[in-house]
Amino acid sequence: MSTPTDTTKPRGKAPAGERVADWADGRLGLYGLAKANMRKIFPDHWSFMLGEVSLYSFIIVILTGVYLTLFFHPSMSEVTYNGTYAPLQGIQMSEAYASTLHISFDVRGGLLMRQVHHWAAIVFVAAMLVHMMRVFFTGAFRKPRELNYLFGFLLLFLGMFDGFMGYSLPDDLLSGTGIRFMEGAVLSVPIVGTYLSFFLFGGEFPGHDVIPRFYTIHVLLIPGIMAGLLVAHLILVFYHKHTQFPGPGRKNTNVVGMPLLPVYMAKAGGFFFLVFGVIAAISALVSVNPIWSYGPYRPDQVSTDAQPDWYMGYSEGLIRIMPGWEINLWGHTLQLGVFIPLVVFPLVLGFIGLYPFFESWVTGDKREHHLLDRPRNRPVRTGIGAAWISLYLILLVAGGNDIFATRFHLSINVITWVSRIGFFVLPVVVFLATKRIALGLQRRDRDKILHGRETGIIKRLPHGEFIEIHEPLPQSALYTLTSHEQPKPLEIGPEVDENGVERKVGRIAKLRARLSQAMYGRDTQIPKPTPEEYKEIMSGHGHH
Amino acid sequence: MSESTLPSEREAHGGELAENPFADPGLPPHEPRRQDIDEKAAKSSERTVALLFTVSMLATIAFIASYVIFPVGKVVFIWPIGHISALNFALGMTLGVALFAIGAGAVHWARTLMSDVETAAERHPIEADPETKAQVLADFAQGAQESQLGRRKLIRNTMFGALALVPLSGVMLLRDLGPLPEDKLRHTLWSKGMLIINQNTNQPLRPEDVAVGSLTFAVPDGLEETQSDYQEQIAKAALMIVRLAPEDIKDKRERDWAHQGIVAFSKICTHVGCPISLYEQQTHHVLCPCHQSTFDLSDGARVIFGPAGHALPQLRISVNNQGYLEALGDFEEPVGPSFWERG
Amino acid sequence: MKKLSARRRHPLAALVVLLLALAATGGLYAALAPQKAVADDTQQSLAIEEGKKLYAVGCSSCHGMSGQGSSNGPTLVGVGSAAVDFQVGTGRMPAQQPGEQVPSKKVIYTQAEIDQLAAYVASLGPGPSIPSKDDTNVTSANMARGGELFRTNCAQCHNYAGKGGALTNGKFAPILEGVSNKHIFEAMLTGPQNMPSFPDSTLTKENKRDIIAYLNEVNSSPSYGGNSLGSLGPVTEGLFGWIFGLGALIAVAVWVAAHTTKAKKS
Repeated sequence: MSTPTDTTKPRGKAPAGERVADWADGRLGLYGLAKANMRKIFPDHWSFMLGEVSLYSFIIVILTGVYLTLFFHPSMSEVTYNGTYAPLQGIQMSEAYASTLHISFDVRGGLLMRQVHHWAAIVFVAAMLVHMMRVFFTGAFRKPRELNYLFGFLLLFLGMFDGFMGYSLPDDLLSGTGIRFMEGAVLSVPIVGTYLSFFLFGGEFPGHDVIPRFYTIHVLLIPGIMAGLLVAHLILVFYHKHTQFPGPGRKNTNVVGMPLLPVYMAKAGGFFFLVFGVIAAISALVSVNPIWSYGPYRPDQVSTDAQPDWYMGYSEGLIRIMPGWEINLWGHTLQLGVFIPLVVFPLVLGFIGLYPFFESWVTGDKREHHLLDRPRNRPVRTGIGAAWISLYLILLVAGGNDIFATRFHLSINVITWVSRIGFFVLPVVVFLATKRIALGLQRRDRDKILHGRETGIIKRLPHGEFIEIHEPLPQSALYTLTSHEQPKPLEIGPEVDENGVERKVGRIAKLRARLSQAMYGRDTQIPKPTPEEYKEIMSGHGHH
Repeated sequence: MSESTLPSEREAHGGELAENPFADPGLPPHEPRRQDIDEKAAKSSERTVALLFTVSMLATIAFIASYVIFPVGKVVFIWPIGHISALNFALGMTLGVALFAIGAGAVHWARTLMSDVETAAERHPIEADPETKAQVLADFAQGAQESQLGRRKLIRNTMFGALALVPLSGVMLLRDLGPLPEDKLRHTLWSKGMLIINQNTNQPLRPEDVAVGSLTFAVPDGLEETQSDYQEQIAKAALMIVRLAPEDIKDKRERDWAHQGIVAFSKICTHVGCPISLYEQQTHHVLCPCHQSTFDLSDGARVIFGPAGHALPQLRISVNNQGYLEALGDFEEPVGPSFWERG
Repeated sequence: MKKLSARRRHPLAALVVLLLALAATGGLYAALAPQKAVADDTQQSLAIEEGKKLYAVGCSSCHGMSGQGSSNGPTLVGVGSAAVDFQVGTGRMPAQQPGEQVPSKKVIYTQAEIDQLAAYVASLGPGPSIPSKDDTNVTSANMARGGELFRTNCAQCHNYAGKGGALTNGKFAPILEGVSNKHIFEAMLTGPQNMPSFPDSTLTKENKRDIIAYLNEVNSSPSYGGNSLGSLGPVTEGLFGWIFGLGALIAVAVWVAAHTTKAKKS
């Protein structure tokens, strides 16, 4: 992990090790750091390791990326290929593409490193997204972790763009098509778009500058920012201590689990090797981005199935479902068919990234939260998250509409139309359905608490009636199921005070109260059983 | 659901009902694992871990051996994948096993041999206590006052001015990232009298070469692949030549600009510039593989589906006195994606 | 491979073309030499007769009694024998139902019957004829040049690896794997269904052979990096990465985080 405790590992218990530690302590304050962190407690849950998957795949991406830079030439100078890959011999191509072919076919293990790099990148962004959704659905983003959520979100955002840049570098037919799309998108920006495009490409598309420029951004600028954010993210995880699911003995004021040294050192350290091992094995077995099949980029050539990597797929979907609107006024052109998707793209992401601030404003909750919510207990938030995922998914489908059309024998036009309608309808439907399901699960929890667990054992009573035996829940389960809060919505109070004088309530305050009502008001929670209700049923009176 | 628990069981449980049945029972007592109480089980775990670490060592040796043994171009058949690179497969699998075995060993060690006693650590509020906060605010106030920043407005304002201006140097330096657009996006290589070269044969096209229902891609005469601006030029000048039966052409201008039903349209999509070229010869529709903009080549290449905003530009063509197809000028509107100044 | 420009401007190019033309004429002459012509002629008319009978049974309901076409099928006058050989030889014809996209299916005629049908249809009007063995012999073809031609002319519909692709309204460009050299040649020559044609005047026989050589290479070459996931580009890669990449890692995470079995179950 990231604390400098390595020098004090058990194997270093010998006086020599201690002397080294003393030396470091005198200069770094090592013992102070270690005292706070060496036996730091981390709770155990598989979903808490999604962030680790992201972290480790990022490290793998960096390790393999450094290796690739040793062989890759980020140059758009045209060369004639004379390497080992016969179907391209004698073809004109950029040096970037030729060097990527060289890595794939002439450098021993180069192909493996390329594939590990690419698979790890695909897993990296996927793991970040799943990690973010885990944090979202369990409410782990609440105070004090809003900023850390934002850091993580920025990492996801930058990771997507860095992935896109990396996909562009080999200058194959697919990646060039992606860069061409980017040119069109930049051109669609009103007023400054044409200038931005000329500055980006050093002139007209494609020019000779964009790949060296993307290279610097891909290997230096964005990873540098990401490394900084990552360190901040990890420091805050340590500082805040990890959240935990509610359960016996687990309180908002403590953290229950096992210590960093040795258990998490072994588990988290071992998990790095597991992640790396799995990705290496995948890279041995499954091809990714076979650039030699695509051929070198030429602006007059294209292959069908031209898609970006999956994390840009949803922007591809946005652009594919957009109708071809274009406004020509006063000698200027506004290409809404590209510009609207370009604007909606960050909005869709930004919504989920800024949600913590929205929720804390709506609920007015200023307390620290270290116990996680069960998603069913926050039906509105869970519904919003599910709706967002459904929007994301329908855009992914739209982004791959040609593949879905050919593989499932559908009409590409029909898929596009279904996606267009689904873009607006599906999130609403999913929101309502998810909220219903969450309320249903709350109701089931209530039944379980009051009536116990169904055992499946049927008993016949003396008077002949058959009943199923319900076993009362153990106290630990009762506590776990009832420990959550059921917040009340904010009230704005009466608009007219007792003297009949109108009280000024701002429009924003009213909106906030309305939203709060939607979040915690009617139809958002099933009242959890009170101890009195429970006692009454258990003592055998009433409630049949 | 009717009464759910049996009276007898209810009684048994009823005695345990505390003051608050939902109270936190606290952390459950630690349960030992088999390895905690049975040295034989612990020994077995130890052997498993050691075995995994040994497997890793062997796999690393195998990795090095594979690197040396397999030539880079060797292909093997691996069921059920098929024919793949031997080196990639061998290196990836050995590396994967070497890494996975280390991880599996460490985790198995942690899970079975290291203590699994769960303990609780207290959290401390993130917010500072009031004294600290007061101290910090006082320190800040003192510092701010000693700086005299609030009092000496002239210093403050000029400093803000200087700090606001200095990044402009950086912005200025970006100016030479590229030339100004000027009218570069408005012109292509096509000009009056330029021959239309078939990209497949590199020969100028004659009308009789182009059959109804055929599709030919063409470039301006003189554009060479070795030219340093080849990519920029072909990105604008690429042409799609099809021949329609003249009576199938619905658009009058399209018919006028054609030669005996031979029409020349820009191959560059007006959406974001993909080379649009999925020509359906029966419907006369041409589809873009990138975002499915669909144009009707029999009707002025107008957009009939998808995100493109306007029709594909048409190149006016004719035949010169040697019987070759030629352009009658440049495109009359900019080709490719729309931009603000396009108008 | 020489550069395009070099090839185009090569001073010997004209000579080569001349020699090729001479050779082709000579070959043609030899093939159609007078001593065989008489026999060929009678055989030919016999084939046309047989083909006409087959046509009347299998094709005339859509294409009309004399190939003039109907509302259910286009005219066959002038489509040539190559079109028949492709359409019937790949099982597309006879179609189960008329439509814009007629998929390939099991071939129901023998090659001899197809040749007879082709002879009959060819007799209706001049059109591209079935390519000769030499036309589709790709042993000396330039596959790198073929790859370039493929990416210019074909990949936009058929995908970079010939895996097919979507067209408008449910139509599709078919997969090019497992299609014979002759049928690919004929498809380029005749432009079946919605595919545009690439006649020899714009895509020479040599060009076509280069393309076929490239396709043969693509279909037979190893997938160096492992399973190719259908050669469909990043969509299938993304799906695989999610399901098997992240899926496997989550399975591992569940194992890492799970509580170890206790000695006695409480």
